[in-house]
Amino acid sequence: MTRKPQSKKASAFLSKFLFYAGNIVIGVIFVSPLLWMISASLKPEADIFANMSSIMTFVPTNATLSNYLEVFSRMNLLVVFKNTLLYIGLILIFDLIVNSICGYALAKFDFKGKGLILNLVIALMVLPMEAIMLPLYIEMSQLGWVNTLQALVVPFIAKCFSIYMFRQFFYDIPNDLLEAAAIDGCSPIRTFFNVVVPISKTVYATVFILDFVSHWNDFMWPFLVMTGENKRTIQLAVQSFFGTQPVHYGAIMAALVISAIPMIIMFIFMQKYYVEGIASSGIKG
Amino acid sequence: MTKASNLSARKRNERIAAYVFVIPAVVLLVAFLVVPMIYTVYYSVFQYQIMRPDDITFIGLKNYVKLFGDSDFWQALKNTVYFTVIVVPCQCALALALALLVSKKFRGVAIFRTMYFSPQLTSMVVISILWTVLYNSNPNTGLINSLLTNLGFDSINFLSNEKTAMNSIIFMSAWQGAGYQMMIFLAGLQGIPGEQYEAASVDGATKFQQFLYVTIPGLQSTIKYVIMITMIQAMKLFTQPYVMTQGGPKNSTKTLVYYIYTQGFQNGNFGYACAVAAVFFVIVVTMSLAMKRVTSATD
Repeated sequence: MTRKPQSKKASAFLSKFLFYAGNIVIGVIFVSPLLWMISASLKPEADIFANMSSIMTFVPTNATLSNYLEVFSRMNLLVVFKNTLLYIGLILIFDLIVNSICGYALAKFDFKGKGLILNLVIALMVLPMEAIMLPLYIEMSQLGWVNTLQALVVPFIAKCFSIYMFRQFFYDIPNDLLEAAAIDGCSPIRTFFNVVVPISKTVYATVFILDFVSHWNDFMWPFLVMTGENKRTIQLAVQSFFGTQPVHYGAIMAALVISAIPMIIMFIFMQKYYVEGIASSGIKG
Repeated sequence: MTKASNLSARKRNERIAAYVFVIPAVVLLVAFLVVPMIYTVYYSVFQYQIMRPDDITFIGLKNYVKLFGDSDFWQALKNTVYFTVIVVPCQCALALALALLVSKKFRGVAIFRTMYFSPQLTSMVVISILWTVLYNSNPNTGLINSLLTNLGFDSINFLSNEKTAMNSIIFMSAWQGAGYQMMIFLAGLQGIPGEQYEAASVDGATKFQQFLYVTIPGLQSTIKYVIMITMIQAMKLFTQPYVMTQGGPKNSTKTLVYYIYTQGFQNGNFGYACAVAAVFFVIVVTMSLAMKRVTSATD
């Protein structure tokens, strides 16, 4: 009689144990490449490949910052970070303004051509940038924008996906609220800036973080249009550092770690919006 | 002033505001998406060398005819399709498995979620450089080969053998990307009402049966969405082969986008590269339309 509940308890314990064990094993496999990267970045060059077959390869026993100092002396980090944060910052400022007002008009205003524009926005969402990069490059060179900030910023301000996210959010704002503002004598444009924007912080934060991450990953386009060494973005700088003599693996790993820092800071502060943004794209899509 | 004219004045104000609001975005979209798209198709029927921009000749469909007989193009298409066909199911299944592991609240769940998501916190360039080092064929310097030889296996020339190079990129990409799709699945799982599981469990369904008959149907639209975005992402593969293998060995990791880049920017065959780009565009659009069709047909 007493054996049954006990074995039930035991099996519950066992399944809980297996559940944790599974998560821990998979979790360790997932983070081990990144752990190795961090550990190698802190090791003297001679130590990095010294004990590959032991667990100690993940532990920087003689930890040193010399690799980081080497990166600082060989790579112009200040310029690289300035280039990167400046162009992404500019894109994001214009992105949030231009796409939100467009999304708002598509959600709340009646005008000729609305259906057409909405369809255009939805259709262009599937257009891969890679299919148009050749003529876009020609366009940039005709405008004289190659190797300038404009080439990185201007073509990427308007984003169909952002317009769509804004439109979906604004669509759910009750019309009564807008009516009330209109009766108070607010023009439609003032209503948007004074009434709608203050209650829409979530959607702005979500679009901000999603677009920040996607531009943080930019590689191909900056690589095509920014050829000057002092124009490089962080991804380009890291990639070229990887191929530059002398190849010091510790310094390479340190460069990779440094390049990830802004993204990690962003994630820590914007985690809620980032995760919600990823999730909501799935539900609405 | 009558109420009616007041209303019509408001309507007019609204129309003006609407145009003020949509024009910036529409102008930018037309200038930097629609116009280049049209030019991709336009240039694709010209003989256009980037070094000689004054010497552009109309050649009709000759670029496309040449494409048909171009074995490098077929190889690139084959590689792209291979990558997509393998990486999409693997990455999506991995993401779903991870989501199931961390879908319930338990002590430490946030830590495990962050662990699975962590490869997303760097960039693809960073991941590609890191794994080039990890994949090193020498077990004394490559972490993965060191592990393999310790476990008694032979070491593998991951990136320098044409049979394994693409698979190595697939493995790495699935590891990097799964955390993102896991987040989408987590949201989908939260949308399945708990009562459905209770009802199934009262009916005596095993955990696996619950997964088959409650979880999977409940996630249907999420699964389709995840497959679609993963597929489009996969078709655009470029950064990983560019950083890790430069398209080699023996062109085994050269993809369509890589081929557009080599033809257009390295060899300067702009017209021909535009023809490849146009074909690439048609493939991606057809794929997304087909997926949409499937999605709306079953919903």
